[in-house]
This record gives sequence, C-alpha cells and structure tokens, in this order.
Amino acid sequence: MEAVNSFARRIPVNAVYVAGVMPFVWIVWLAFTNGLGVDPVKAIELRLGELGLQFLVAGLVISPLRWAGVNLIRFRRAIGLLAFFYVSMHLMTWVLLDMGLRWEEMAADLVKRWYIIIGMVGFAAMIPLAVTSNNRSIRHLGAAAWGRLHQLTYVAAVAGAVHYVVLVKAWPVEPMIYLGVVCLLLLARVWRNRQRSMAQSA
Amino acid sequence: MNAPKLGWSDVTPKSVFLNRRAVIAGAGAMAIVGSVGQAQAQVAALASRFSTDEAPNTLEEITSYNNFYEFGTGKEDPARNAAALTVDPWSIVIDGLVDRPGTYDLADVMKDQPLEERIYRFRCVEAWSMVVPWIGFELAGLLNRVGVQPSAKYVAFETLVRPEEMPGQRAPILEWPYREGLRLDEAMNPLTILATGLYGEEMPKQNGAPIRLVVPWKYGFKSIKSIVKISLVADQPQTTWNMLQPSEYGFYSNVNPTVDHPRWSQASERRIGAGLFAGRQDTLMFNGYEEQVAALYTGMDLAANY
Repeated sequence: MEAVNSFARRIPVNAVYVAGVMPFVWIVWLAFTNGLGVDPVKAIELRLGELGLQFLVAGLVISPLRWAGVNLIRFRRAIGLLAFFYVSMHLMTWVLLDMGLRWEEMAADLVKRWYIIIGMVGFAAMIPLAVTSNNRSIRHLGAAAWGRLHQLTYVAAVAGAVHYVVLVKAWPVEPMIYLGVVCLLLLARVWRNRQRSMAQSA
Repeated sequence: MNAPKLGWSDVTPKSVFLNRRAVIAGAGAMAIVGSVGQAQAQVAALASRFSTDEAPNTLEEITSYNNFYEFGTGKEDPARNAAALTVDPWSIVIDGLVDRPGTYDLADVMKDQPLEERIYRFRCVEAWSMVVPWIGFELAGLLNRVGVQPSAKYVAFETLVRPEEMPGQRAPILEWPYREGLRLDEAMNPLTILATGLYGEEMPKQNGAPIRLVVPWKYGFKSIKSIVKISLVADQPQTTWNMLQPSEYGFYSNVNPTVDHPRWSQASERRIGAGLFAGRQDTLMFNGYEEQVAALYTGMDLAANY
C-alpha cells in the first residue's frame, strides 16, 4: 500500500488530465482517418459515452480504495471533470452528428424516450458538480454542504449505466456489467455507512 | 425481360463487379458482360424495375456492419465470426400446407427461378439504413412451385441452429432458432425475394448465406437469414423479436415514420456511409415502397398492427 501511495504522490495531477484527454484525441484521429468502421457516428457516440461511464466509475472507486489504504483522492477532481468532459462530448455527438440538429425530433425524444430522459438527468446532475469542482466552491459552500452536493455523482453514475442498458436491444453483456459495477460501488458505501454507525452506537 | 437459366457459374467474377459501382452510377446499365478467363463470365442477373436508382452502399459497408445475433450482438461480430459457417451442402425443409413438401437441396430450391438484381433500400429498426444490390428471386416463384394449399394463410421461416459454427447461439440472447413470418399475400408480393447474393457474388456469410429473405418495406429483422425451413401455415406464426419484446416488435413491422418504436423515433434515419456530418434523412412510408404494398394493408390500423 505504502509503495502505491508514494508512487501516486509523485504523479502530478496535470498528468491525469493529459492522459485522460488522450482517448478523445485518439477518437478524433480515427474519425478523420476512417478508422471507426462504416458507421463512425455511432462509434464516436458509443465510445465517448463509454468513456464518460468509465470515468464516473473510476471516480466512485476512489473512496473504497481509500478504505483499503490506497489514497488517490487528489486525482478525483480530475477524474470527475474528465467524466463530465466525455459525457458532454457524447451529448454533443448526439445533437450534431447523430440527430443532425433536428431540434423538433430531439425535443420530442426529450419528453418521450426513457433512455434520453435518463441520460439527460445524468448529464444535468453533473453540471453542478463540474461547476463546483474547485477549491473556491468548497470554501464557499463549506465542506459538508459541498460533500452532500457531490453525492449527485451517484445519480449521474446510475443514470449513465441505466441509460446504456435501456437503449440497447435485447440484453447484451457490456451494459449490464457497467450497471452491476455501479450498483456494487454504491452498495459498498451503504455497507460502510452501516458498519460505521453500528461502531458508533456500540 | 426473359429470364435465362442461371447458376453460380454464370455469375460475374469478382474482378468485374469490383468496377461495377462506377458503371451503375454512370450509365444505369445493368447487363454487364464480363470477358475474364474462359466462357464463364456472363450477365450476373437481370435488372429489375423494382430497383432504386439510389447509389448502393459499398461491399465493405454491407459486409462489415451486420445484425446477425447468431454470430454475436456487435455489428462487427458477424464479419469476424461467420467464416466458420458451412453453407455447402445446404437444404431447406419446406413443409406444412403445401402440395409438394420435402427437404430441398439449395440448387433444387433455386432451380428455374430467374435471378434478378434488386437494388433495395434497407431500413433497420435501429433507425439506420443502407442501399443493397441484392441478387435473388421472387419468393412467390418458389411457393408456386411447391404448391400452396388454399388453407395456408402465413409463411413461417427458421434460421439454422448450429452453435458449434454460430457462437452467438451458445448464449440464450434470443430464443433459437431465429423465426420470422409473413402473411401469404406479403410473401407473394413481387418485392419479396429470397436473396442468394449481392454485388454479383454469392451471399457473404455475415449477410445470411447461402439464402435469406429480403422484404424491403419492413424493418430489417423481418428479412431472416440463413434459412433452413419454410412452413406454410394457417395461423400467424411466432416471430423471434416479437416473442422477446411484443410491445416493441410487432408481427408486421412495416417501416412507418409515423409509428414510433416505444424507445425511439422512427421518423428519420441515418444512411450508413453518408459521412460524419451528413445528419439524417426522413424515413419514407413503407420504406419508399408504398406504391407496391400499401394495398396489402387497406383498412388496417397500422398503429395497432405495428
């Protein structure tokens, strides 16, 4: 554990931002070099959405790791902001490339389609998180209130995973894995809270 | 046009059809005479008045973007996994309310059926579309040959079940065999074909080799692939996607921009190959085949019979 922690301490946070943006650069590169197969729009949309989910999951892993003695907390803001970046790009892809700015159809989808509604709830939940991901906001809100606000991460992660499960046909494995992992990470928190409250009352 | 007897030996060799898109685009000429090698090069298939003049998708697009869950649920899975499928020998059981039931070898199924090139729009229920230059013959030709009895009202189809060659069938993602069905008048419509090839070549395995249904005014999943059984029946048959999710996939599944899929709109579609910034195009009623098929549904509530 100590070895991992001391190694992590030597990694600058900015390196996480740079590494985190690399998949995006790669997708853009592939898109303009015909590297995304015959349906590049769907491929871009799917990859960006999956990356958003992956960063959301990565953000949720930080706390359980800390309970186990691995401290990566100083990377969490970068991971969260990268999640927001990818989810935003995923949404932009839907608006611009997939729907081709058909506003009427999109508006109809926004009130009728469950997977769109759930996806948008997830995105909306991430906006206040992104806006308050800075030290000034923590000071301004106070640590406790900031912490409560940032529980919206749970809403975003569940919405993202459910969005994926609902939009596919039949029951392919991958979306189910994301939903399963998100559920496990949330259950871990419930279990941890219960342990602690039992310890306090004992 | 009269239909000469054609077999696979008559089909245009690959070197010829590879240049064919340019020819089609330029002249709209369909009868392409090849002179490669010996005498085998000939007309691939007759042109059809049912063909669209829209530009077909490329062979690469058509063969690398497939929904064929027998080989996996990913669009690239069929191209990756279908190579192991044995398509020769191949036979089809034709049974039920027919005068001449039996197990027909593929060559026998195709015997005397004039092959035509049918360039059809293909609209997936997932709201993407392609244009595919199928080669095939009218299902009506086969049904007339085996003799449909008056009590038959529907045609039921089944896909091969062979998990050792179809890895997707090792998981119960759908209930195997894949099943589809048509009302008899839909099956007898001249637009409905059994396709045995595309782009002047034998049917690629990932597209449903060696023989598949193509019903161009219905969503793609109705066009069942790798058929091993055709049954003439009196009652509406069970169909795979309807069995899985009856509220989302009806028996008819006609392309209809005014009837949404419960989870997404069917008003528009993305044309595969149109490019990153092409956006969408409006979906046409009956996928643009309204003139040929609308009469089949006169008086029917298409929202109720989706």
